[in-house]
Amino acid sequence: MSTPLKTAALVGAVATAIAAHGTAASAMEKEKCYGVSLAGENDCAAGPGTTCAGTSTVDYQGNAWTLVDAGTCAEIDLPGDRMGSLEPLDRDLPQT
Amino acid sequence: MTGLVADFLPALRDPAAPVPRGLQDGSGRPAGRRFNVYRNNVLVSLIEALEVGFPAIRSLLGDENFRNIARGYAQTHPPKGPLMMRYGQGFPDYLAGLRALAPLPYLADVARLELALRASYHAADHIGLTGDDLAKIPPENLENTRLYLAPSVQTLRSAHPIADIHRFALNPTSPKPRPGAQDIAVLRPEFDPSPHILPPGGHAFLTALTAGQPFGNAAEIATAAAPEFDLAAMLGLLLAQNALMKKGPRT
Repeated sequence: MSTPLKTAALVGAVATAIAAHGTAASAMEKEKCYGVSLAGENDCAAGPGTTCAGTSTVDYQGNAWTLVDAGTCAEIDLPGDRMGSLEPLDRDLPQT
Repeated sequence: MTGLVADFLPALRDPAAPVPRGLQDGSGRPAGRRFNVYRNNVLVSLIEALEVGFPAIRSLLGDENFRNIARGYAQTHPPKGPLMMRYGQGFPDYLAGLRALAPLPYLADVARLELALRASYHAADHIGLTGDDLAKIPPENLENTRLYLAPSVQTLRSAHPIADIHRFALNPTSPKPRPGAQDIAVLRPEFDPSPHILPPGGHAFLTALTAGQPFGNAAEIATAAAPEFDLAAMLGLLLAQNALMKKGPRT
């Protein structure tokens, strides 16, 4: 199955990749600075059920379905993809 | 299960349900108000779990919208196990099924990305395969060498630019998303997973590796999927992000 051409291509790609990125050890050091890219609440990558999430006894019941424009959705406006509007939210939410 | 226990769970999920029969406080009086506090705390804790687990969806919808949707999900999807870090697996499908959210067709895939980031975070650690390790493989063996992806690697495909939307949702100063499909790999060099947009053929390459294809075959499959597939760049990304594992999974 092996052909000299194919082997050469694989060897070349490996050599290029190693040359470009060095060893994983040095790459990992770079990554430490890089890892802060996700801002805000995403600090809590561990998700719920960890020390990231508190517990609460506050009563959230009874909030009406009111806000339609508080989110970031309204700012995303992709042509042809209808990504901007949250308007239907204040009506049709199915009963669950 | 009879009596109190049989009544307890259904009553927990439905705020309108009566307090379970026979529930009493220490003095033998009906404990209706105590039960209401508990019932409310259960629901609130589930809503908060979703808030923590889906910060981008929360940002995209706004706090009130998110909380209302999260309440609907929590009332109909009780946890399947005691580990709250896994709660919300059905949330993307739930979002996709809400008619009110139909104008936002990307939401479910953004939620899937958030689940993938969480899964990556909690995945097992691994010893990374380094460039030095690769260099030691004799050239004639390279083609048939198997490369193993780290347990923390997650891949997704979407018709929407979900990595860009996700970033924009969490950091509105980042560039506005532009339309287009995105293939994503969630990679975790050390402890923090982050999404990476895959180049053409990249998803096919990773899928082939996951399916157990040797290096040479995986490269061919990726090139067949996308003639412009850049193997060196793909390998470079995997090495830089510590996404390859030194040993294969134990069998």
